[in-house]
Amino acid sequence: MSEFALKTELPAYLRKEQDRIETFARQEGLDFFPIVFEILTYDQMNEIAAYGGFPNRFPHWRFGMEYERLAKSYEYGLSKIYEMVINNNPSYAYLLEGNSLVDQKLVMAHVCAHVDFFKNNFAFRATDLDSGGRSTDPVRRPQGYDPNRRWIDKMANHGSRVRKHVGRHGINKVEEFVDCCMSLENLIDVHAPFQGRRRLREEDEAPQEIPRLRADRPYMESFINPEEYLDAQRAKMAAEQDKAKKFPEHPERDVLAFLLENAPLERWERDVLDVVREEAYYFAPQWQTKIMNEGWASYWHSRLMTQHVLDASEIIDYADNNAGVMATSNGRLNPYKLGVELFRNIEERWNKGQFGKEWEDCDDLEVKRSWNLRLGLGREKVFEVRALYNDVTFIDAFLTPDFVIEQKLFSFGWSNKNERFEIDTREFRAVKDKLLSQLTNGGNPFIYVEDANFDNRGELLLRHDHQGQDLRSDYAREVMKSLVRVWKRPVNLSTIIDAKPAMIRFDGKEHSVRQVKS
Amino acid sequence: MSLKVDQDHSRFRQIVRGKIRQNLRKYISQGELLGRKGKDLVTIPIPHIDIPHFTFGEKQKGGAGQGDGDVGDPVGGDPQDGDQQGNGKQAGQGGGEHNLEVDVTLDELADILGEELELPNILDKGKSKIVNEKDRYTGIRRVGPESLRHFKRTYREALKRQISMGIYVKDRPVIVPIPDDKRYRAWKTQAEPVANAVIIYMMDVSGSMGDEQKEIVRMESFWIDTWLQKQYRGLESRFIIHDAVAREVDRETFFHTRESGGTMISSAYRLCAQLIDDHYPPEEWNIYPFHFSDGDNWSMDDTLLCVDILKQKILPRANMFAYGQVESPYGSGQFIKDLREHFGGDDRVISSEIRDRDAIIGSIKEFLGRGK
Repeated sequence: MSEFALKTELPAYLRKEQDRIETFARQEGLDFFPIVFEILTYDQMNEIAAYGGFPNRFPHWRFGMEYERLAKSYEYGLSKIYEMVINNNPSYAYLLEGNSLVDQKLVMAHVCAHVDFFKNNFAFRATDLDSGGRSTDPVRRPQGYDPNRRWIDKMANHGSRVRKHVGRHGINKVEEFVDCCMSLENLIDVHAPFQGRRRLREEDEAPQEIPRLRADRPYMESFINPEEYLDAQRAKMAAEQDKAKKFPEHPERDVLAFLLENAPLERWERDVLDVVREEAYYFAPQWQTKIMNEGWASYWHSRLMTQHVLDASEIIDYADNNAGVMATSNGRLNPYKLGVELFRNIEERWNKGQFGKEWEDCDDLEVKRSWNLRLGLGREKVFEVRALYNDVTFIDAFLTPDFVIEQKLFSFGWSNKNERFEIDTREFRAVKDKLLSQLTNGGNPFIYVEDANFDNRGELLLRHDHQGQDLRSDYAREVMKSLVRVWKRPVNLSTIIDAKPAMIRFDGKEHSVRQVKS
Repeated sequence: MSLKVDQDHSRFRQIVRGKIRQNLRKYISQGELLGRKGKDLVTIPIPHIDIPHFTFGEKQKGGAGQGDGDVGDPVGGDPQDGDQQGNGKQAGQGGGEHNLEVDVTLDELADILGEELELPNILDKGKSKIVNEKDRYTGIRRVGPESLRHFKRTYREALKRQISMGIYVKDRPVIVPIPDDKRYRAWKTQAEPVANAVIIYMMDVSGSMGDEQKEIVRMESFWIDTWLQKQYRGLESRFIIHDAVAREVDRETFFHTRESGGTMISSAYRLCAQLIDDHYPPEEWNIYPFHFSDGDNWSMDDTLLCVDILKQKILPRANMFAYGQVESPYGSGQFIKDLREHFGGDDRVISSEIRDRDAIIGSIKEFLGRGK
C-alpha cells in the first residue's frame, strides 16, 4: 500500500531519529520487522484508530461510532492518541503530527519493542498468513524468519468483499447480518491455530462383525457364544455407533468455524461470516498479551530513552510523559504499569538468582532480603519470557506475594449490602485468582457447540462451561437471536443461572428459560 | 478533507437518529433544544450502541485492581474500561453505556421532525420556479453505465493493480483494465430553492399571557422555524408583538417582553398586512403569518375587524394563515371560535389549540401537515 496510500512520509529529521533509535534497539538485542512510520493529522489518526489501525476495513457503523468517540474526545481535549502500531510485516506505525520531538522519540522506541513482540511472541504466530492458518509448533521458527503478515492487504480485501456484497444485496441486509456476526465474534478458540490440522471424522471403521469369544471346538460354539450373549454384543455395538453419529463428535469451541462449515448460509453470508471470524482471530493475540505487550514496550522505551536517546534537556519532558502513561487511577489496573513492573521484577530476580528450589524453600526473611547470587541471567530471562508466555501464563508463573504487596494489588467484588464494588482482599492467592480469571479467554465465557441435531430436530445446542459467573442474560438473549439468524433453526444454550442448571432457548419468535435437572 | 470513515460515521448517525426519533416528543416538551443564537448546532447526548456478546453478568464480575485502600473500601470506576478515558462512570451500572455527545445540525433535525410527524414537503404553489433541480457530477463510484466511465481513473486503477501484481512491463506498458478497475462518474441531484419565504410571527403579550404561555410559543416557533428553514433557503422571520397596539420587534424582544395591557388583535393584523405590503410582494415570496394568543380579544368589534383584514389583505397574499391558541387561566378563548365560525370552510386558515407542552407536537402537525 505504501506507494499509493496517504502521502504521509516521515520528514527527514524524524527519519534520522528513527534510524538512530532502531540502531540502539538492535544493539540491545531487539529483533523486529521493518517499521514504516507515517505521520498523520489528528483526524487521519482518529480515522485509522477507529478502524483498529487499518486504513481500509469493511464498512460498518461501529467504526463510525468509534470515530465519533475519538474525534469528540480529541476535540474536547479529553484524550489523544499518541501512537498506534499494527501487527503487519512490515509493521506500520503512526505518529501524530504536531507532537513534540521528545514524544515522537518515545513513541518510536515504544513501537520498536512492540514490533519485536509481534515478531517473537508465540501467540502472534497465529497471524502468519503463510502457515496455512495452523502453526503446530509455536516456538521453533525457521532461520531468517520473515512471515507473510500482510494484514493491511487482507483487511482491505475483506473491505472490498463486503462492499461487493453490499452492492449486490443492499446495505441494510448486509449490515444487519454483519451485526449478527459481530455479536458472535468472541466465540472463537484461541488455541485452534496451534492444534494442527483438524482431524477428519473416521468413517465407519468400526468392525462390522460381532465379536465372539474363542471356541476351539466347533461344537462348543453355541455354548461359549450363546444367542443371548451375541444379542448383548449387538446392542452394545449399536449404542456405540449411535454415539459416533453425534455431531459434532467432540464439543467445538470454535463456534464460528462450526457455523461457517455447517450452517445453511447463502454464499455472501458465509463470506461475511468468514471475514468477521478471520479478523477476530487476527485480534486475538493482542488481547491475549495486552499486559505483556505494553509492559515490554514500556520496559524498552524507558531503557532506550534514558540510556541512549535523550539528552539532558529532554529528560524532564520525557519523565512527565512517561509518568502519564504509567499512572494508575481509580484503582484500575494499568496494563502498561503492571507489565513493565513485572518484567523488571523478573529481570531483578533472575539477576540475583531469586528463583528455583533453594529460593522457594528458604524461610529466612533476612536471608531472602539480601539474596544475591549475581547470576546476571535477568536479560536473558526477560527475552525468553517475551517469546514464550501470554498474559495468563505470565501472571501465573511470575506473580509473587512480594510483588502483589509492593504494587498494592487487590481484588474487588460486588457488595450487595452497599450496592457497590468494594475491595475484597489483598491476599495473594485471591488476587492472583481474580487476575487470572479476568484474563482467561480474554474475559469471555467458554461456549461450546455441543450438538447440531439437538432432540433430533436439527436444533443447535450450545453449552456454557460455567466457571462461577453467570451470563449476562439480556445480552445472551440477543446473541441467541443472532445465532438463530445464522443457524435458521431454534438454538438452545445450557448454562447455570443462580446456581441452578438451566436451558435458554430461542425459537425465532420467543425466548424461554427452563430449569434442568442435572 | 474527506475521510473514509465518513460513510460509516453517517451510517452511525442515521442509526442514532432512529434513537432520537423515539425521544423526539420528550425533547420538544422539555425545551432542550433552544439557545440557537448564531450557532447552527444543538448538542444532544446519546448512548453508545453496544453489540451484544455472550459475556458475564456485572455483579459477579469483580476483578483485580491496583492502588491504596482498605478492605471494604469502594472501588472507583469500572476496570473493564481500563483504557478508555472519559467520564468516570459509577461502578455497578449497566455496562457499555458511555454517553456520547452527538451534534445534530438543524437540517438533520428538520428531517427528523419531518419523518416523525410525517410532514409533507411543501408543495409548489404555482409561483414562479420555487425549486430548481440540477444534476451535478460530484464523485466516483465503482458501478455505473459505460457511458459515464471515467477513463483516467479506470486507467489509473488498472495501472495500480498491474504494478502491484507485478505484471506491468516498463518497456511494453500495456494496460488492460478488468471490470474491478472500472470507475464511473457519480452524480447527485441538487435542489436549489429559488423563491424565498418569510414567516411573520405575531404574539399576544397582553396581561393574560404568562411565562408558561410564552415558553410554549417559543418552542413551537423554534420547530416551525426549523422546518421551514429546511424547505426554503433564505427564510426570513419577522416578529410582531401586540397588546392593545402592535409593534415590530427583534427576536430577542419577541421572546422576552413582559406582559401588560389589553388586547387588540386587529392591531397586529394590520401591521402584518402593512409589512407584507411594504416588503414582501406575494409574487416573489411565500408568506407564512403565524399568530399566537390566548384568544381573549378586547371586543367583538375588534374581532370582526380582524376577520375583515384577514379576508381582504392577508389571505390573498399568504400561503396560509396559522392561529395557535395557548390556554391561559385568564383567557376566555373566544377568538378561535370566532375564527372557525368565519373561516370554517377555508383551508387557508389553520387554527390549533395548544393546551400544554405536550400538545405542541400535535399543533405543529396541524400547522405544517398540509404541505402548503
